[in-house]
Amino acid sequence: MTAKPSVFPSVGRLLVYGVLALATAFFLLPLYAMLVTSFKDAEEIRSTSLLALPGSLNWSAWGTAWSTACTGVDCNGLRPFFWNSVAMAVPAVLISTVWGALNGYVLSLWKFRGSDTLFGLLLFGVFMPFQVVLLPMSQVLGWLGLSSSITGLVLVHCLAGLAGTTLFFRNYYAAIPQELVNAARMDGAGFWQIFWRIVLPLSTPIVMVALIWQFTNIWNDFLFGVVFSGTESKPITVGLNNLANTSSSVKAYNVDMAAAIIAGLPTMVIYVLAGKFFVRGLTAGAVKG
Amino acid sequence: MASSLDIAGINKRFGKGDKSVEVLRKVDIHVAPGEFLILVGPSGCGKSTLLNIIAGLDEPTEGEIRIGGKNVVGMPPRDRDIAMVFQSYALYPTLSVADNIGFALEMRKMPKAERQKRIDEVATMLQISHLLDRRPSQLSGGQRQRVAMGRALARQPQLFLFDEPLSNLDAKLRVEMRAEIKRLHQASGITSVYVTHDQVEAMTLGSRIAVMKGGVVQQLGTPDDIYNRPANTYVATFIGSPTMNLLRGAATGGQFGIQGAALNLAAPASANEVLLGVRPEHLVIQETAPWRGRVSVVEPTGPDTYVMVDTAAGSVTLRTDAQTRVQPGDAVGLAVEPANAHWFDASSENRLA
Repeated sequence: MTAKPSVFPSVGRLLVYGVLALATAFFLLPLYAMLVTSFKDAEEIRSTSLLALPGSLNWSAWGTAWSTACTGVDCNGLRPFFWNSVAMAVPAVLISTVWGALNGYVLSLWKFRGSDTLFGLLLFGVFMPFQVVLLPMSQVLGWLGLSSSITGLVLVHCLAGLAGTTLFFRNYYAAIPQELVNAARMDGAGFWQIFWRIVLPLSTPIVMVALIWQFTNIWNDFLFGVVFSGTESKPITVGLNNLANTSSSVKAYNVDMAAAIIAGLPTMVIYVLAGKFFVRGLTAGAVKG
Repeated sequence: MASSLDIAGINKRFGKGDKSVEVLRKVDIHVAPGEFLILVGPSGCGKSTLLNIIAGLDEPTEGEIRIGGKNVVGMPPRDRDIAMVFQSYALYPTLSVADNIGFALEMRKMPKAERQKRIDEVATMLQISHLLDRRPSQLSGGQRQRVAMGRALARQPQLFLFDEPLSNLDAKLRVEMRAEIKRLHQASGITSVYVTHDQVEAMTLGSRIAVMKGGVVQQLGTPDDIYNRPANTYVATFIGSPTMNLLRGAATGGQFGIQGAALNLAAPASANEVLLGVRPEHLVIQETAPWRGRVSVVEPTGPDTYVMVDTAAGSVTLRTDAQTRVQPGDAVGLAVEPANAHWFDASSENRLA
């Protein structure tokens, strides 16, 4: 006999929901404050409380942040930085994901002598503080003639993210039975055919994880952006920093807030759209035939 | 076209130097075209390694594998023209049943129309035509097994390899698929090598059986040979259920005897102690027999009844028909026909005569 579920939630349940609601409010409050501030003008910010709703939906701060706010000497808003970030993040995310998938495929399904050791060494990359590689990386970019270019930033992000994406795919593919690869080999498929026809179609959840993870990391990166970019290739995080630090007599909080939201919007949108894949991918278990 | 298979002087060691482990030692088996060879033995006996070496998924340390007379060692699996059925079926999860069966043909660039025709033929033969559009995850265990067989059959290869294909099925389905495999082999006539740890599968399917232990072939022969003339005590006890009774005694002057037991049989002369092997069905209860014992356990199985008897020579199991009425505690006499006695040397455990 199983107990009949009660129509009324128990006290314990209510307590759990209460705590969860509080936590949600706590984490959403800064976003809320940013949002309402971005719609107020300077006078309204001064006269009303931080959490008060704006009198009207005033988009002028958003327009300023996007196209006319000053970031140092230039006054073109965040727009050029935004497109720099897009041009940097999209190829870097795609390349590092596909590269990691290939690494993981080899390291779990085409093991060779020393492949586990290699994987162990690769793991250092996940935990290594990136400050350590700044100088050598800058040297290498110089040799390659990629200093201060978006292409250089793409390369840096691919290398920095590779350890992580390899780890994701290696562990996901470890659940694929070796017999599946052996069967395909007997059937006459080669290394690449097995990857494209058999393994990759099984990888949707972990591909989503890698894409989201990489996009979030690369879009939000400040360190590489500030170190390796030139005047024309600064990503949005650097642009936002410059915008907020270019001081006039009065701090334009509404513009700063709108700019910060613009900078954070792509990662939020991606997580909202694909978040369920992210959770599913992280918890995905064995691949059953 | 059935091809012959030669397994010639295969040695396999894993690791190097002092730490190396020998998994296969001097395996020599000639398989005639159309033959169904069984490799049977406990886990770790090297049978699956041998199968992988034939398939090309693993390479031998020494020796040759010849298919149709041609040495294939060093050749990748795809060029060996071998189809294999795996224990886990290893169906491609994202492909439909039809695409699973046709995958190898597609890899060999067979035109689509011809491929479709072959898939339909195989599906009809295996009675899975109604499943062709499904994914493997939508199939039952028995259906998956059929698809895996279909994938191998569609290839029309020179050689079939089976790696414990029935061990994931329930008992009823296993018997059914066993008959199916036998039927398909008879129809296709393709040379097959079948790995199993199940002695019933070995006996029912094989035209010849290689019993393996510790990387060494203990005996290679027809099921009849293996059962009726086991080469050593290992083979004798591995095949047959319940296992053969082994009784230790002395054979002096061509006469076998055990201290305290009135069990006397003519035996091959030997300086050493000998082991008498008697299969349970060859031990009979005979009220007047001088060799006496006491029934300890009675196990009815339906058609047969297994009776365990404690005697001065040791505890023995015998198989009788269901009509036999004995109770635990009964005193009984036991008899063995001399023709049904197997003799082994007690120290080497090899068959005598």
